[in-house]
Amino acid sequence: MIVHTIIFYIFSFIAIFSAIMVVASKNTVHSVFFLILDFISISCLFIMIGAEFLGMIMLIVYVGAVAILFLFVVMMLNVAQQKNEWFTSRDSSAHIPIGLLVSLIIFFELIIVIGGWKYKPDLVDSISIEINSTITNTQSLGNVIYTDYIHLFQLSGMILLVAMIGAIVLTFRERSGVRRQSYFKQISREKKDGVELVEVESNKGIKIDV
Amino acid sequence: MFSIGLGHYLTLAAIIFTIGIVGIFLNRKNIIVILMSIELMLLAVNINLVSFSIFINDLSGQIFTLFILTVAAAEAAIGLAIIVVYYRNSGTVRVEEIHELKG
Repeated sequence: MIVHTIIFYIFSFIAIFSAIMVVASKNTVHSVFFLILDFISISCLFIMIGAEFLGMIMLIVYVGAVAILFLFVVMMLNVAQQKNEWFTSRDSSAHIPIGLLVSLIIFFELIIVIGGWKYKPDLVDSISIEINSTITNTQSLGNVIYTDYIHLFQLSGMILLVAMIGAIVLTFRERSGVRRQSYFKQISREKKDGVELVEVESNKGIKIDV
Repeated sequence: MFSIGLGHYLTLAAIIFTIGIVGIFLNRKNIIVILMSIELMLLAVNINLVSFSIFINDLSGQIFTLFILTVAAAEAAIGLAIIVVYYRNSGTVRVEEIHELKG
């Protein structure tokens, strides 16, 4: 139990530190690196608490896809030189105190809610899908996702498809003056457009108009 | 203090959520960092859902977390595509200089 406690504190301190560094870091590339560190430590916490599948999925989706996407965009847009200097900004420092005040109020509200919250005895009756400890986390998630939540699961696939098409349509740029293959033109071309058959009389030849 | 309960995880999630809010409020230079702050806030929500799911022994929270993960990935892809298009058109991603809407 003491090991559990120590590991929890180590990972949560790493997570909080790297979250602060994501926001406060001057270089955007460093922010992305600290975001990756944050995701990794939180997924370690997930694995430790008993949600192994979600921890691994977090690693794959966030670290493997989202953070790399961020890194790619940061490198592509060349914004690493544009420093993220929100403490030393001279013309726009008026919003900093009010922003900090609102954030502090939100934080203390959350803490008050957590501190005043108690288990209700009838909470146990409202459990819809009880965790079965004899089978693994992945298996129990799979048992539910492909049966009870199949419509939501397919809907999330649709969301991903729409996001993919949207990203492609947004960033697609048609360049002028570039020769490229047009499948529609190729397929819709017919014999009468391209070939003309003529009778050639002997000793006269034909006149070709170009 | 020494046994980790639900409150510890909820406090961690609250701290990370607040850091995300601070990042959105105080950042005026780079819109990509604002997107990263939104990812941090979604992560805090995920921590809440998973820890509730484990501590009250109900699997539904983990399924919701899976869907939030899907939506977060889609949102990051669309947001970054919009940023790329904006950068291509205007040459900047600084929040201070994005004021064409005069909002």
